[in-house]
Amino acid sequence: MAEARPHRRADRPATLAIDRLRIEIAMQRGVARVVDDVTLEVWPGEVVGVIGESGSGKTMTALSVLGLMPRPARIAAGDIHLQGQVITRLPDAERRKLRGDRVAFIPQDALRALNPVLRVDRQVGEPLNIHRGTPWEKAKQRAVELLGAVHLPHPAERAREYPHQFSGGMQQRAMIAMGLALEPELLIADEPTTALDVTVQAQVLKLLREIRDTHGTAILFITHDLGVIAELCDWVYVMYAGAVLEQGPVERLFGQPAHPYTQMLLRATPTVRTVQAELLSIPGQIPQPFDLPAGCRFADRCPQRFDRCAREPPHIQVESEHTARCWLLEGEPVRLPHESGIDAMRPSTRSG
Amino acid sequence: MSGNLLQFRSVTKEFESGLLPWTRRRMRAVDDVSLDLRAGETLGIVGESGSGKSTLLRMALRLLRPTSGQVLFDGRDVGALQGNDLKQVRRRMQAVFQDPTSSFNPRQSVRQILLAPLEVHGVGTRDSRLRQVGDTLDLVGLNATFIDRYPHQLSGGQRQRVAIARAIILRPSLVVADEPTSALDVSVQAQILNLFKQTKRELGLTYLFVSHNLGVIRYISDRVAVMRLGRIVEIGAAHDIFTNPQHEYTQALLAAVPDADVTRRAAE
Repeated sequence: MAEARPHRRADRPATLAIDRLRIEIAMQRGVARVVDDVTLEVWPGEVVGVIGESGSGKTMTALSVLGLMPRPARIAAGDIHLQGQVITRLPDAERRKLRGDRVAFIPQDALRALNPVLRVDRQVGEPLNIHRGTPWEKAKQRAVELLGAVHLPHPAERAREYPHQFSGGMQQRAMIAMGLALEPELLIADEPTTALDVTVQAQVLKLLREIRDTHGTAILFITHDLGVIAELCDWVYVMYAGAVLEQGPVERLFGQPAHPYTQMLLRATPTVRTVQAELLSIPGQIPQPFDLPAGCRFADRCPQRFDRCAREPPHIQVESEHTARCWLLEGEPVRLPHESGIDAMRPSTRSG
Repeated sequence: MSGNLLQFRSVTKEFESGLLPWTRRRMRAVDDVSLDLRAGETLGIVGESGSGKSTLLRMALRLLRPTSGQVLFDGRDVGALQGNDLKQVRRRMQAVFQDPTSSFNPRQSVRQILLAPLEVHGVGTRDSRLRQVGDTLDLVGLNATFIDRYPHQLSGGQRQRVAIARAIILRPSLVVADEPTSALDVSVQAQILNLFKQTKRELGLTYLFVSHNLGVIRYISDRVAVMRLGRIVEIGAAHDIFTNPQHEYTQALLAAVPDADVTRRAAE
């Protein structure tokens, strides 16, 4: 199936296009390249997942779009485009207009993102007041509607409460409601369900799918949880030590992962629905951003490394728009005994 | 080794909140739980927030006393133990917690962290203790260079290895683990889970393993207890719980877990 990216449109630009982005932080030990030559797109109505462990650069990438990077970090190269408009070096005042209005952010810890001394309706209505000049009474009414839209039970009563009176799942819904207030083109969610119980997580993921279906919002979903990516996302970028190592449609990433890191990550993840004889653990650790190796950044942990790995591989096409940065792809595609690693105990029932 | 190492007999734990008489509320974190932990098994306890699993675990370690009911270790009521008896029992049950950072005194080196339990329990001589530290570090896959490091110089996975080393250095019978891999990256989590398994085999340990992560519980456990609102709603062999859950809460919990097997989903 050599399909191009299904959500790609010929008639308009991508909602978000990050082009060869490089983010550096000057530290005593040297310059830390926390995001290294990252290219990433999100199309309207597409849910793009960015998977990575700590130090992968996924959060920094998201923050750069929002203009919320911590002070010592700077964009050293590359560009960020929102609907074709370059926003990389937008001054703060312009950036603030974008946030909430065109790009919404749902962070991991909703409680810390909410103001504890303001009632929920005041907060959820705030973007309307600030960006559209909506008077407070109307903004708060709209807030109640938005809370209803995210399936918060008894929204009119709940809206008058304070954030600490909400459960974790409810707080996250309030954040999502706030994020949707101005019908943004792009929603960036950074581990929004990691701190939530699994049943609550399921509801929040369902809500995000609904939002995408109803409004055609582009969603950039950052997580370390492979299961969530598999459930929610259309397209996936796998990040490691600041770089994108593999990217492609979700079925291919999970069914036929091309990069050894992706393969090993899948086999290191304990699953609920199948029995695993043994979890494959990846030896070693993620390299530090100020101490990146000269060649492939995953090489020292990779059981399949060979002499070419001393040079960093470019993005190599696996099939159609599925690419991975691995020299093993030049020539024979990589095959492992168990393709996705998930079926460790079950004999393969897939054809082909 | 056979028999029940740890038993909960109708254990209830209530907490009171509120300062003033009319704001005071009583809340049952653990509600009439009876549970037997067999020597040599890994019992996984799974539940969402508010399920009572962490409270149950703390009562096993005698960090909390039950409001009613008994906790028995090797047939003896843990709550009734005092002095040297208590010390002996404490030596036989150890714990590994979630946050590798806050588990350690930042001003102690790995050597000091690992010597401490040996010194507290008066085990061996100075030389034999140092040797035991070395052997235990070896068991957890850390080489001798780690002995002089401080916690902040270690990665999350390395800290958790030291935490495990500290837990096993006294060669306990029972290790209680509360979300020991929840703060770790997936690749490191796999290493630590495998280490738990390996250590159990090598030292003949019994585990009480608490996690909210169902995949982790499935991988590590022989038996699984599902907790909800302070009660055990279902308990059984791990395989049975995951392939044929009986209680509707267990079924709902399993249904809610996102499925990483995309190909299987597409075929449904």
